[in-house]
Amino acid sequence: MRDALASSAYFGAVLSIGAYSAGMWLKKKTNLAICNPLLIAAAIIVPVLLLTGISYDEYMKGAQCISYLLTPATVCLAIPLYKQLALLKKNKAAVFCGIASGVAANALTIFVLCLLFRLEHVHYVTLLPKSITTAIGMGVSEEAGGIVTLTVVSIIITGVSGVIMCEKLFKLLRLEEPIAKGLALGNGAHAIGTAKALELGEVEGAMSSLAIAVAGLMTVVVVPLIGNLI
Amino acid sequence: MKYVKEAGIIFGMSAAGEILNQLLPFPVPAGVYGLFLLLICLLAGVVKPDMLEATGNWMLDAMPIMFVPACVGIMDSFGELKDVLVPFVVIAVASTAMVMGITGRVAQWIIRRKGGKRS
Repeated sequence: MRDALASSAYFGAVLSIGAYSAGMWLKKKTNLAICNPLLIAAAIIVPVLLLTGISYDEYMKGAQCISYLLTPATVCLAIPLYKQLALLKKNKAAVFCGIASGVAANALTIFVLCLLFRLEHVHYVTLLPKSITTAIGMGVSEEAGGIVTLTVVSIIITGVSGVIMCEKLFKLLRLEEPIAKGLALGNGAHAIGTAKALELGEVEGAMSSLAIAVAGLMTVVVVPLIGNLI
Repeated sequence: MKYVKEAGIIFGMSAAGEILNQLLPFPVPAGVYGLFLLLICLLAGVVKPDMLEATGNWMLDAMPIMFVPACVGIMDSFGELKDVLVPFVVIAVASTAMVMGITGRVAQWIIRRKGGKRS
């Protein structure tokens, strides 16, 4: 049985979709932000793999057809962006300043917290690219001498926690403008946040998509400048 | 064939993005190159929105689930993670809240200042 599942080309995909659906059901049922479908999916899949003795690589054989779609899905973010381009041009100052201040806030918070936790240089540069999309973040971390696998972990924690926190945070800070919400999600929680932003609306989704690209490029420039501070 | 053609355009942009990613020296992922290529094609009118919208919207709708494998991947890095688990989680969550809060407040402040709209 284990071998049959482990060698299946679809088991990982079915397990992922099933676990995510269970997460969506739980989210709807409880209406709690912490019941994030991604978090629930991982909380179901990891024990299933550990109990059945199926390795991550064996699971990925099936699941990679899902992650394989991530590049074309990112390409499709051009659609909402195209439709909202007029709005973007009208608000370019807000867009640019919002993203730039977020990138600065990210670097500053990580710097201060790393000092407080007495983390070493290697962990500091591992964390710096945590708010940008995985493909850029991995490169930035490697270049700065960070631990790439841990950067990926911090990027995932960032994305999931950003989505979990966003509604409470928006209410607390009285963020009502769709542009501001979209920029916040894309800048703080990269592509995972953008998927959430698209659920909020097309303007949010478009701004969030743009924030991924702009914040990613700004971070590429900023990290080498501040990477040696710790 | 409608969906096949639409997927063809989207995969074509993805492939072009991958080629740029290989050829150009910048740390830009294939998807982001593809995004801008598609945006340029849409603006130039080479690609019309209705030539890929049905499949494109399906992909955007399915996007959240595409992160499940990466989340599960944390289990493979747990050995390295466990020594720094608490600071990593605290720093990731706290700085994410800071980034989202500051980005949103700054953007909203500029939008409302310019528009003269106050709540």
